[in-house]
Parts: sequence; C-alpha cells; structure tokens
Amino acid sequence: MAVKPSNKFGGKDFGGCGLIGIIDTSGTPLPGGMIISSLCTMKERGNGLGSGYAIYGVYPDFREHYAMHLMYSSDNAIPVVEEHLKENLEVIHSEPIPVRRVGAIQHPPSFWRYFVNVPEKQRGNGAGQDTIVRVVMEINEKIENAYVLSSGKNMAVFKGVGHPDEIADFFRVDEYSGHTLIGHNRFPTNTPGWWGGAHPFTILDWAIVHNGELSSYGTNKRYVEMYGYKCALLTDTEVVAYLFDLLIRRKGLSLEASASVMAPPFWKNIQEMGEPQKSYYTALRTVYGSAALNGPFAIVMGFNGGIMGFNDRIKLRPLVVGKKGDVVAIASEESAIREVINDPEDIHVPRAGEPVIVRLKDAKK
Amino acid sequence: MAKIDANGLYYKILNEKIRDLVDKGERTIDLVNVNGQRYIADGITKDIRITINGVPGNDLGCFMNGPQIIVNNNAQDGVGNTMNGGKIIVKGLAGDVCGYGMRGGKMFILGDAGYRVGIHMKGYKNLNPFIVIGGNSGDFLAEYMAGGVMVLLRMFGRNNGNGKLGDYLGTGMHGGTVYVRGGVNKKNLGKGVGFAEITASDRKVLDGIIREYAADLEVNAEEILKADFHKLTPLSSRPYGQLYVY
Repeated sequence: MAVKPSNKFGGKDFGGCGLIGIIDTSGTPLPGGMIISSLCTMKERGNGLGSGYAIYGVYPDFREHYAMHLMYSSDNAIPVVEEHLKENLEVIHSEPIPVRRVGAIQHPPSFWRYFVNVPEKQRGNGAGQDTIVRVVMEINEKIENAYVLSSGKNMAVFKGVGHPDEIADFFRVDEYSGHTLIGHNRFPTNTPGWWGGAHPFTILDWAIVHNGELSSYGTNKRYVEMYGYKCALLTDTEVVAYLFDLLIRRKGLSLEASASVMAPPFWKNIQEMGEPQKSYYTALRTVYGSAALNGPFAIVMGFNGGIMGFNDRIKLRPLVVGKKGDVVAIASEESAIREVINDPEDIHVPRAGEPVIVRLKDAKK
Repeated sequence: MAKIDANGLYYKILNEKIRDLVDKGERTIDLVNVNGQRYIADGITKDIRITINGVPGNDLGCFMNGPQIIVNNNAQDGVGNTMNGGKIIVKGLAGDVCGYGMRGGKMFILGDAGYRVGIHMKGYKNLNPFIVIGGNSGDFLAEYMAGGVMVLLRMFGRNNGNGKLGDYLGTGMHGGTVYVRGGVNKKNLGKGVGFAEITASDRKVLDGIIREYAADLEVNAEEILKADFHKLTPLSSRPYGQLYVY
C-alpha cells in the first residue's frame, strides 16, 4: 500500500466535492498518509476552499474520554470556552493541537483539544452523550469565535480552508493513525468556504462528509431544532450529523433504517412491495418525512465501529466501493481507492439509495 | 509505438505528452500506470490508437473525433462526453453519464455501466452514435435520448447482468433507438417510451454492431445474438412540447 502523503496533483480546476472513507475491519491502525494520498488523487474535485479528515482509534490513551476539538477564530474565546467546559464537564487533559506553518495557509484560527468526562450528576439518562451534545450546541451557538469540530471518543477531526495536502500538512495528519479514516475536499457551491464549513461535520462520534446539495435543508433544520440541535456552521451538511444522532442514538433506528429515512424509496416502488416491507417503508416515510434528504448527495459517515456510504435515491453523485482483505474503501472515484489499495479484489458501485455498511470485526476497538 | 508511464503524472502533463506525440506523427500510444488522470485524449481529431492500462479519470475522450481508445481496466464517469467520432472500448465497468451528448462514434463497454448513460445522445446527418453495454446499467439509461443507438446486453459484468433492470429507462426520449437483450418490464420504462417491432433492418443494425463489439471485446457474437431483443422507441418526437402550454 502506498502510504506516503502525496502533493503531486498541483493545479486548481473545477469539479464537485471528493470524499473517501477507508476502514481496516481488523482494527489495525492505518497511517494518516493513506487518506492524504487517496484524497489528493481527487484534488480536481475541490477548489482549495475546504478539506478535512476524521480519524478513528486515534487517541488510545484517552479512549474512554470524549475528545473535544475546538476551533477559535479569536483567542479571546479560549477562557470563555474553558470556563464553560469546567462548569459542565471534567476536563482530564487539554493542549493546543499541534500544527505546522504552511505557506499556503495564512492567518489560521487556533485549535485546542480537551479530553473530558461527563460527571455523574450531569449524566441524566445514558452515558452522558446528551450532556456532550448540549455543551457542543451551547458553544457553537452562544460563544463567539468558538466552534466544536469534533466531540467523539477516540476520534478526531482536522479541517479547514485549503487543498487536501495543505490542510493535512497544517494539522500534521501524516503523524496520526487509526483503523478508520475519512477525508473530504470541498468545492463550495451555496455556502461560504470558511474553516467551520469544511467537512467532516460531526456530533459525538458521527462524522459526515458529503458531496452535493441539500435542498431540504430548511425542513431538516427545523426538524432537528425541535430536539435541541442548533445549526450554527452555515452549511447544509451539518444537519446530516444531527439527523444521524437523532435517528440512531436517540430514536434507536438502525444504520440501514436511517439511510432509508434519508434516501427513501419512491412511493411507486413502495406500492409494488409485498408485506411487511410495504408497511415498514410507509411508516418510515410517514413518521420521519422531515428527515428525508432532498437534492443530490453522496455521503460517507464514520462512527466508532464502522463506516457507511450511500447516495441520494436517483444517484446524482458518484460513489464506488473497493475491498482487499480486511480493508474496505468507499470513495467518489475508483482511482482514489486504487491509489492506496493495490489491485482491489472487488470494485462495486452501489445503486441509488443503497447503503453500504462496513463494521469493525471487534467493535470494542 | 510510443509508451508513457503515467505514474504520478498530473493530468495536464500527461495530456501534453500525448498531444506532443500526436503532433509528431505518432499513431499508437500505450499508457501504463494510469490512475485517475482526467480528460485523456480530449478533443483529439486524429486517427490514433491509445491503449490505457489503469483506471483513467473522468471525461475520458471528451469531444474527441477520430481516436480509438482501449481501456484495459474500469473507467470512471463521463466517458465519451460529447464525443463526435472514433471508438472507446472499455474492458471493465464504466461510471455514470457515459456518452453524455454523444454525437457520433462508438462506445463498447464490457461490464456494467452507471446511471444516465447515453443521456441526450443524438445523431445528425451522417453521424449516428452507438453505445453497447455488456452488463447491466443504472437508472435513466438513454435519458432525453435524441438520436443514435443504445444496446443493453445484461450478459457480462458483476453478476453477469443478472441484476434488476434500471428504472426510468428512456425518460424524456425523443429520438434514436434502444435495444435491450432479454426481458423488459414495461414498469421500468420512463414516460414517453414504448415497445416497437423488431424489423429486418433492426436485425441488420444489431447484427453489425454486435459482431463488431464481440470482435473488439473477444466475446461470442452468436451467443449474444441468439436471444430475443426488445426495441424501444419514443412515442413522440416532442414529449415536453406541451409542458408549459396552458
């Protein structure tokens, strides 16, 4: 496997966003350089206005703690956020996220990471995820110049304005490794190309990368707002992270069901189904209609335990799956997979709306 | 014959090298270690032959008029976008929107093809484009088709073509002909498309194109031709003529 970060594709051209998720289902850590090389193969799909990475299994020493990555566009926000974290959570360890000086990146925000616990009295129901979600929403909505980039256990998001090689270089992504790697380069269309607008978008350990536009954003946003989520990052994809958290963690839907909610079968196809599928899909569309995504998309989502990729129901964006041994990759282009998986055993193109789910063999990793 | 090692070459450099060779009179070019380089052979109007080893990037052979391209692996999206003449042979699968607005020439795909293949392909005077897909295809095959010939075999590819036939076949079609080997359920067809009788002249067209396809891709023509084909044609040459007329 090629693992060296590659800067070979140097130009700037027009394209659509590029995305990729790679997982080693045995739980063996994959080098960060792998996702960089892969993403740089699709450099033409972005225009330098946003790139980002998510790495799972990245903080084994702090695996039981939520890793909160904070972006500060003004350092004045640092004490305000730290005070808020102390009021609500136990901060086990905090440090600036190491970055390199990169010529192409001028005046970047500052980045800190905080490893936190949810104290017993703050937990409420469950293991404290609701508390983490609440704190993330409060910071994003109420504290000026501060944004949470990721908040899951044993996972990290690095993202910003730049080409994929520049952002990787800046955040030293080549120095990390993890069993699951997600990457995205952005070609912003309807929303600003700012640091918080780069993908992945996250809440807890859900990390979403997306190629496309969500014309249903207004409906989806109003729906998640009823459950306390605040869309503060000025980009449609943010709402998808909250939808997954709501549908899977809070409503208890499976990954497959949540994909069928977001990319539902057409009514005409539901009419042709036998039972119980007909009742099942009718119920999903009826109950969760406000969570359906309209518009073109290819989405790859990472979570602790696996990745899922799926398309809109008429497949207006590309998505390809490649596999070799324990390693599976889902990407916008086959070449991005071949860049890091020599001679894959299988290349498969999922049909519109068909979710591709790949899990770690041992979810505890 | 010239050979270019495309390993690590940025697409612009690779295409410049190809053009330089063509300008110098080279007629046969082999590319090795291709991976994701876009726009290969775009706009080339010479009668050359390019063999690609590796997976070429999007828009392979876009606007080309004359070359023959052989891809020994899979191809990505947008193969033969608006091509005017020549031939593209893909020995694996091909992605979405292949043959977009294709106006002439031939495209032979051995395996499966993606969504919206042949969207708005058209013929004009002596130009008549052909696409033959050996495997299955995604939804919206021949969408808004205005001319030319599309043949779907469903014999080769990932499940030997045994998947579900794509939905919305020929949606908005207003010209040209689609031939599908084997059964076609009417519910898979888009609005404005209907079955037509296979005539002796259809048989002649199919016979000719399938024999050429089989020779290029080294498959058995008799095996392909022995099954029934369904012919699909537009019910109207102006399906949306009344769309905004109230």
